[in-house]
Formats: sequence, C-alpha cells, structure tokens
Amino acid sequence: MDILLRKTLNLEHQIDDYLDLVIRGALLFKEGLKCYCTGDIEHFTAHLRDLDAIESSADALRRAIETRLYSETLIPESRGDVLGLLESIDRVLNRTAETLTQFDVEMPDLIEELKPLFMELTEASMAAVESMVSAGRSYFRDPERVRDYINKAMFYEHEADNRGDQIKRKVFRMNIDLSWKVHMRYFAYHIETISDEAEDVCDRLAIATIKRSL
Amino acid sequence: MIEWLFISTGLFLGWSLGANHAVNVFGSAVSSRMVRFRTAAVVAGVFVVLGAVVSGGGTTRTLTTLGAVNALAGCFTVALAVGLTIAWMTKIRLPVSTSQAVVGGIVGWNLFTGSPTDTYSLSRIVTTWLVGPFLAAVFAFAAFKIVTAVLRGRRMHILTLDAYTRTGLLAFGALASYLLGANNIGNVMGMFVPAVPFGDVSLGGLLTVGGTRVLFFLGGLAIAVGILTYGKQVMTTVGHDLYKITPLAGLVVVFAEVLVLFLFTSETLEALLLQAGLPTIPLVPLSSTQVVIGAVIGVGLAKGGKGIRYNVLGRIAGGWVVAPIVAGVSCYIALFIVQNVFALEVVRTSSYVITPEVRSELSQRGLDSQPLAQLDGKKIIGSAQFRQTLQRIQPWSEKQMVILFDCADLDTLVVDTVQAFTQREPLPLSPQQHRSLAAFHGATFEHRWTLDQALARADSSWREPPGTLPRKHVIAFLQLRERLYEIFRIRL
Repeated sequence: MDILLRKTLNLEHQIDDYLDLVIRGALLFKEGLKCYCTGDIEHFTAHLRDLDAIESSADALRRAIETRLYSETLIPESRGDVLGLLESIDRVLNRTAETLTQFDVEMPDLIEELKPLFMELTEASMAAVESMVSAGRSYFRDPERVRDYINKAMFYEHEADNRGDQIKRKVFRMNIDLSWKVHMRYFAYHIETISDEAEDVCDRLAIATIKRSL
Repeated sequence: MIEWLFISTGLFLGWSLGANHAVNVFGSAVSSRMVRFRTAAVVAGVFVVLGAVVSGGGTTRTLTTLGAVNALAGCFTVALAVGLTIAWMTKIRLPVSTSQAVVGGIVGWNLFTGSPTDTYSLSRIVTTWLVGPFLAAVFAFAAFKIVTAVLRGRRMHILTLDAYTRTGLLAFGALASYLLGANNIGNVMGMFVPAVPFGDVSLGGLLTVGGTRVLFFLGGLAIAVGILTYGKQVMTTVGHDLYKITPLAGLVVVFAEVLVLFLFTSETLEALLLQAGLPTIPLVPLSSTQVVIGAVIGVGLAKGGKGIRYNVLGRIAGGWVVAPIVAGVSCYIALFIVQNVFALEVVRTSSYVITPEVRSELSQRGLDSQPLAQLDGKKIIGSAQFRQTLQRIQPWSEKQMVILFDCADLDTLVVDTVQAFTQREPLPLSPQQHRSLAAFHGATFEHRWTLDQALARADSSWREPPGTLPRKHVIAFLQLRERLYEIFRIRL
C-alpha cells in the first residue's frame, strides 16, 4: 500500500508546502508593515525580499502541482475545483507581495495617528488570509470543518473593511493635502483588497465543499 | 464446421452481453475518468473469461433445468431470437436484461416444442430478479453509510481517498467482471450445454478440457470482445446518465454488485450454507443491469432519497416485464420459421411410452397414473404430440408434466463397460461403483430412471446423495450419471 501511496503522499506534501508558503507570505507582510511603520526600513526591505522569493517559489510549486494533477489524471471529479482554488489562492499571495512592493516603491508617508489603524487593518486582513488557508487545508482533509474557517475568514474580512473605512473617514476629515489623503486611501484600499481576495477564495471553497459532499 | 455456424448466435449473444454489460462493472470508473477505458476493458475481458471458465457451471445448471434446448438448430434459433430482441430493445432505448430475455427465449422454446417448463426453476429465477436488485439496494445503502462514517472519522486527504477509490474501482471491477462471466455465461452458452457440439480437448496430452469448458471459454471470449469493441460506446451513451455518480459512490455500487453476484453465483457459499444447515441461495443468472440499478437507488436513498427519478424507475420496471415476453414470442415465431421453412430440427425427436412399469414409477412419484392405463404400450413420437395426448386424457399441471416427460421418455441405454472404463477422461468411479457397474455389462434399459434404480439396488454408492450433503457432491454424482447416459445411449 505504501508503494501505491508514495506518489500520492508526495503530492499531498507539495500542496501542504504550498499552503505553508501562503501563510509565511502573510506573516512576512505583517512583519514587513510593522517594520515600515516603525521606520525600520532595513528589516522591511529584507522581509520584502523574502516575500518576493516566497511568491516565486509558490508559483513554481503551484505549477508543479497542477501539472501532476493533470498528467496523472488525479481527482478527476474535483480537479477543476482544486486547480481553480490553487490559482485563486495564488492571487492572494500575489496581491500580498504586490502591496508590500508598492510600499517600497512609493514610500507612503503614513500619518502617525493612523499607524495603529493601519496595523489593525493589516492584522485583520492577514487573519482573513490565515483562516482562508486553514479552510483550504480542511477542504483537502476534513471538509466538514471548512465552514468554520470560512466563517472566521468572513469575519476578519468584515473587520478589515471596517478598519479601512475608519482610515478613509479619518483621513478625509484631516486638514492635509488631497494628494496625501488619496495616497493614504490608496494604501488602505490595497491592504483591504488582500482580504477581499481571501473572501473570493472562501466563496469558491464553499461551493467546492458542497460538490465534494454530493 | 456446422457447429460453428450454430454457436455463432451464442457468440453474438455473448458479444452483445459484453458490449452492454461492461458499463455495469466499469461504467462509473470510466465515465468519471478514474480508470482509463483501455485498462478497464483489458481487466474486464481477462476476468470475464476466467469467471466463465472457472466458475461458470452453477447458474448454467439452473437454466438447463428450466428447459434443455437439446438440438443445435434450436439453440441457434433461441440465441438468435434473444440476441435480436436485446439489440432491438437497446435500439429503442428500453432497458433490457440478457438474463430475462434468455429465460423468455427458453420458455418460448418449451412452448413451441411442447416440452414441460420446470415451474419450480422458473419461480426461483423470477424471484431472484426481484430479490437481486433489492439486495443490491440494501447492500449499497449500508455500505455507503459505513463508508461515509469511516471517512468522517479518518479525515483522509482527498488525494489518498482518490488513490484508494481508484484501486478499489479496479479491484472490485475485476471481481465484478469475474462474477459477471461466471454468472452470465449461463445466458450465453447455457442453452448449448445439453447439445454441446465439442468433444474433449487435450492440451499437449497433459490436460484434458471438457467440451462444456471449451464452450464457456468461447462464450467468455465473445463477452470480452464485446467489451473491447463496443463497451466504450455504451459507457459513453447509455451509461452516461445512469452512472453519473461520484467515484466513491461508484465504488459502493460495484461493491454491492459484487456481493449480490457472489451470493447468486458461488457454489462454495452454497456448500458452506448447506454445511451450516441454512437455506441455500439459488444459483441463477442475474441481470447485472438491474443489480446495478438497485445499488444506485440504494446509494441515492443513503444520500436522503433526493434525485431518484421515479419515472425512470417505472420505465426500467416496465422493461423487466417486456423483455422476457418479447423474447419468448419472437423465439416462438423464429422456431416456427426455422422448423417449417428451413426444415431444421429445433428439438431432438424423443419417443415416449407408457407401460405398467412407467405408471408404477409415476405413482411412486405421487401421480395418479390410473387414467394413463389406456395408453399402455403405445409409443408416441415427439414431445408436442406426447403433450397433446396427455392433455386429451386430462389436464395436467406443468409440475406433473415434468414428471410425466421424465418417466415416459424412451431413452434406450445399453451398458457398455468397455466404453465406460476406457474414456479419455476417466469416469470418477469408486471401487464399489466400478464393481457394480461391471455386473451390468450388456444389460439394456428403456429409460434413464430404470438404469438409476437398477444401479441403486445393486450398490448403495449409486443412490443419489441426500440434499444435506454439499451441492458439489450432488452435482458431481449427477454429472457422472449424465456421462453414463451419454456413453450408453443408443443413437438411432
């Protein structure tokens, strides 16, 4: 039986590794933004570099998984769902890396008063990503728990939206240049979008899980 | 050469069975792309042939007791009529069962030739048509519940589950193919057994294969060819709607099918039940299509009963009634044409005679033979004429007819021990049987039962083994007697 499952187990590990990379990406984003807020640019740059490397590895791993799923005609009934899932999860990681890169490119001057809110927004957004990854893992092993993680992810996505709105409301009531206001809104919007992407993944997962139970 | 022409319709029947029934063993595996068609077809082909050759005897005997189509032209016509019925019903998209069509065909032959229909065998067969799908539904329901409960507890990865399901589909598909061959070879070649056109075949002087086995091998091969050449088309058309279920549900369906086919095919299980003093399950050719439909319904019910299309079920049940009737009627018409237009012998001409000895035997078997006294000494040629003569005296039930035909059948046997003891495949005689048989050398018997009784009186080893003994022994004994009749029979 071991011989029979050796190839399968290998692929299972690859999927787990891929999801681990997404979690590590989220953690790096959180730490990177923390460094940016405290002005520790050296560590911020190091985290950004790591995140970029993770994003590239995740892309390579995803392609390897997809190729094997196709070439070995594995899980024919759920293959479409799984491939779609992996690609939408990849979009979350891409958006995470892209947002942190934008910080490096545009070096936004974060208003001191808004920094705690930006951190809360980041926490909520990354919590949504982590719950999404847990839901993804459960889809593969324990579909009954997917619903719990989806609910968690939805909750954090809503929290992220609230924090984003708070930032936008505050910033547009401040007496500063409009360009600065728009810049702050732009970054709040981008961090928020990460949780929106995570929510899209969860919507896919909910349908895929129902299909698995039929 | 003429044998090949005659059994060609049996091979055609085998081919159509293979083409239509491959979907029942590998339908869900192939349509869900879990197993490649080529892999499925090769596995199914190999195991169908194995099943037919190794375990094909049990169900065939039930069919031959229903009606022994004893002339090759008769077998040819019955198989042709049944094959055409199946082809026509498949064309008009009516679900068809080979087993039911074959039984309909044999009863049609019985009606045409006036041969009695063993109502006991018929009722056993009809009962299993209802019990088979029902059992499959129960097994599938239970298995699906168990599998889902186990999976819930095990938290298995979707890929591990996929690997297990794939292996299970292949393993159970192979098993189902084996059982399909064993169970359904009776449908394909069963009717050719009483008129087996082949002698024993020696394989390099090491192994002798009996004519029946050769027949089964050819039938199995025909089924395998049907699977390989036409199975894919049926899987992608007929099988598409019916078997559009998840691979796991497909595995449960095949598992239930294997269990049911095993119950109605296994002589070993029958022997075990007998040993335990339990009632046995009749060995009957089932319709694997019906069994699978039963199992699909079982899975549907286990999922809450939603999505079961009752109108489709009604249509299927209608097909179960229509198939044997259409096959029976078309067989009757075909036999009429073959006999009267082509002047071929569709039934071996048998002679029947009523004598005081026969009447005494009939009384022994519980029949009031007094009204038959008027026929004493009269020889009647042909089963239809004999039936008419009997009916003119008084109405007889089919059960009584079976006894009457058996007792009155004039089958002159001359004991030739030289022939009997020098068979290429030696008769499995015990020393007592050998001795007692030798004492009858040169003796003549008018009926089979008179030889049986004479031998039984001479030595107890010739008495029919009681039903409590494993069926294997009883069958071996009956087969030995059949071989003796064949050796001693005077051919006119």
